[in-house]
Amino acid sequence: MHEWEEQLRALLSDKRVFTEIADRYSYSFDASFGEHLPEVVVQPKTTEEVQAIMKIANRFTLAVTPRGQGTCLSGGPLPVHGGILLDMAQWPGEINVFADDLIAVVTPSVLTADIHAAAEDAGLMYPPDPSSAHVSTIGGNLAENSGGPRGLKYGVTKDFVIGLEIVTPEGEVMHTGGRTIKNVTGYDLTKLLVGSEGTLGVITKATLKLVPKPPAKQTMMAAFTDMATAGKAISKTLTSGVLPAKMEFMDRACIEAVERYRPSGLPTASEALLLIEFDGHPETVKLEAEQVKKILESLEADPVITAGSEEEAQKLWSARKLVSPAIATIKPTKISEDATVPRSRIPEMMERLKQIKEKYQVELVVFGHIGDGNLHPDIMCDQRDEEEMIRAEKAVAEIFRAALDLGGTLSGEHGIGTMKAPFMEQEMGEVGVAMLKRIKEAWDPNNIMNPGKIFAEKGQKLVLRDG
Amino acid sequence: MADTLKDMLRYDLTFDCVQCGYCLPVCPTYETMERETHSPRGRINLIKMVAEGKAAVEDLKQPIDKCLGCMACTTVCPTDVQYGQLFESAKHVIDEYEEKTFIQQKTERFLFHSFFPSTGWMDQLGNATWLYQVSGLQKAARGLKLMSAAPLHLDKFEQVLPPAPSPKERHARKNRLHPDSPPKVVVAFFTGCVMDSVFFKQNEKTMELLRLSGAEVQLPKTQTCCGALHAHAGKEPEAITLAKKNIQAFEEKPVDYIVNNAGGCGAQLHKYGELFAGDPEWEPRARAFSGKVRDITEILVELDGLEFTERVEETYTYQPSCHMTNVQKVKEPPLQLIRSVPGVTLKELDRPDFCCGSAGIYNITQHEDAMDILDVKMEDVKRQCPEGIVTTNPGCMLQMKLGVQREDLEEEIDTVHIVDLLMKAKPVAKKAVEA
Repeated sequence: MHEWEEQLRALLSDKRVFTEIADRYSYSFDASFGEHLPEVVVQPKTTEEVQAIMKIANRFTLAVTPRGQGTCLSGGPLPVHGGILLDMAQWPGEINVFADDLIAVVTPSVLTADIHAAAEDAGLMYPPDPSSAHVSTIGGNLAENSGGPRGLKYGVTKDFVIGLEIVTPEGEVMHTGGRTIKNVTGYDLTKLLVGSEGTLGVITKATLKLVPKPPAKQTMMAAFTDMATAGKAISKTLTSGVLPAKMEFMDRACIEAVERYRPSGLPTASEALLLIEFDGHPETVKLEAEQVKKILESLEADPVITAGSEEEAQKLWSARKLVSPAIATIKPTKISEDATVPRSRIPEMMERLKQIKEKYQVELVVFGHIGDGNLHPDIMCDQRDEEEMIRAEKAVAEIFRAALDLGGTLSGEHGIGTMKAPFMEQEMGEVGVAMLKRIKEAWDPNNIMNPGKIFAEKGQKLVLRDG
Repeated sequence: MADTLKDMLRYDLTFDCVQCGYCLPVCPTYETMERETHSPRGRINLIKMVAEGKAAVEDLKQPIDKCLGCMACTTVCPTDVQYGQLFESAKHVIDEYEEKTFIQQKTERFLFHSFFPSTGWMDQLGNATWLYQVSGLQKAARGLKLMSAAPLHLDKFEQVLPPAPSPKERHARKNRLHPDSPPKVVVAFFTGCVMDSVFFKQNEKTMELLRLSGAEVQLPKTQTCCGALHAHAGKEPEAITLAKKNIQAFEEKPVDYIVNNAGGCGAQLHKYGELFAGDPEWEPRARAFSGKVRDITEILVELDGLEFTERVEETYTYQPSCHMTNVQKVKEPPLQLIRSVPGVTLKELDRPDFCCGSAGIYNITQHEDAMDILDVKMEDVKRQCPEGIVTTNPGCMLQMKLGVQREDLEEEIDTVHIVDLLMKAKPVAKKAVEA
């Protein structure tokens, strides 16, 4: 037995240290691509244990990769340098809502959906709503800076974190921010850590900002026969003085896939389907919905459907929820992207995606959070078809290029991880990436904290095929 | 053999899993065993790794053995991964590859070849019951100091077993029951093997409820065990042999439905069709058989022929059978029936779809793990403060009885099969109103 293994076992007991091959393989993946075997899986349950683990890792120069429930779409929790996999999911869950301060203090293993529920019990809301909220841990959401449909009105995870407790790569405990909404003391390390993908430390506690729960909601669906008009509808709505909570989108390929999968009476002749949700005071919601309905109708959206009840709203949303299972029937392997562009450039982006689809002959479907420009161009392919995977890789690279050309970004909400690392310089420039690296080196002198993420290794390219 | 390992493990099916993790929150073993290795996603990945030669078949054994096979994961999977097929294929491969000790072989031969499939032995032995038999085997094993085989923990179950029927009662059973008025339907009753020994009384009640509801009930004599436990143990050839016997037995006389009262057996009977996929002779016969299979609760709701004459002023909670919910997809009929009993207050569990840990013979072969799962279940039960627990499967009923006993609540909580509850309210045939 390695000395480091002995020390880990002494620290956590055999019950929370796994070196069997079955266990190691069970933590070798996430919801993205690639398979990387950790040498050991450990399950810390206290901040002190994480500190001790980090000290052992430094002593033996072992990589440490934190993992929540492995729902990541960009490879964040993949132990690409082997070493120690830190399974944070078994940490005792704790949510303390301080209603008077409009905050919640949570432990990293808590499921995002449980925070939603706890906040609602206090008449409050935690807005970030990634679609995996019922599975994903808040620790993972913080590390990846997850988004979700409500990002349009409320923002993403980083906009709702005001304080963190972290264990630094060298095993020290540190607190950032605090419990106040306003706080300009020093560099904003909270925001630096959120979205740092586990490369700067291990988040062991977080203070989240909550907002009053909107008392009412209204859902609306609108179909367009061309993308340019749908684009106009988005900008016209958003400049009309109304800010919906969500503006979701499905392209024709998605609509058709859903109709094939479970016929729901969707307008299959449409190029774009928008799903809009308003939230707020009942009177306001009603007025806003009416106002937007007029805008949509003036642009000849057909049909425009306003939900008359909660059940009807659920029915409209079910179309969007069926996208994932429906497109999975096209082909088994899903490359889920989250390229994001300024809202005015959405129709152009859609045009570029169409060209990419034709050029590489790939099954490309587009849906996503169109109100904030965050599209999900997903390529459906088959991992076993090498030739197809090569075409898919080229198509993905060109999607990134298109987003950047239009003034957008590589990632709206999934993170960089392994897949997008080779494209970082294209977006941030040489100096930008160099500055990031300097920060990383200052925080993590032994480069043991989730190495292999964000920063591309020399000559690294996007590869979606297993070696 | 190496070339076919991929086929045997259904490697092709593993690609349907996109590893989203949506199965994690509903998996009982992921919750109690606290590691991804014991989650559906982890197991599917391991099957893939073994098929690719990255891990050995023996690495797969523990994670697969510890799977309850409750199939809760299949109800939330966004990409419809055929976990049931993967699970049973993996079991089969493990079974083929495993070198077993003498006592293991002996136990298995007894359990799977003579014990479950036999209906004859029960008549011959009269009041001997299933578990007493197996526990005898355990004692023998202990005597021979051959306990390297998994200990069976049967003594715990003995205490919760209902009294066995007398040979007289058994022999008094008729092979055909007629309703008092002309029959609305003709059904064949599938007795089940464990159900017909340990739960003989519940079978009697089931037939009476069918009769009262206006059904003519037949009892095909040559029927045998459904084969579910064999299939879950990776013993596909045995499962197929049993299925063929049952298909033949139920073809003898034409019936409208084949009714059973055990969620797990019903699920297996439902799967006969797919068991023979591609077999030109047997597939159509198996599909015809499966097409007629109904749970007792479905039929009672459909016939709507009962009228209750006594009130049951008690609070019940309901523990659904996983295979009834997740494989047969029968969810509403049992709830409807419980609510139809006058006086009964139904307090549903917070997490009814979380397995009780019975899972066929899991609570015997993986006893400690099954008890951890049962503890989670009992916390939920206690929150509802019921006076009774309604079940729809013999395994669940025994397990829940055991749970009640472990919590020392036998005085407070009565565990029943749904037919017990219905009979308690003294049903009579509903008077025909329509002409």
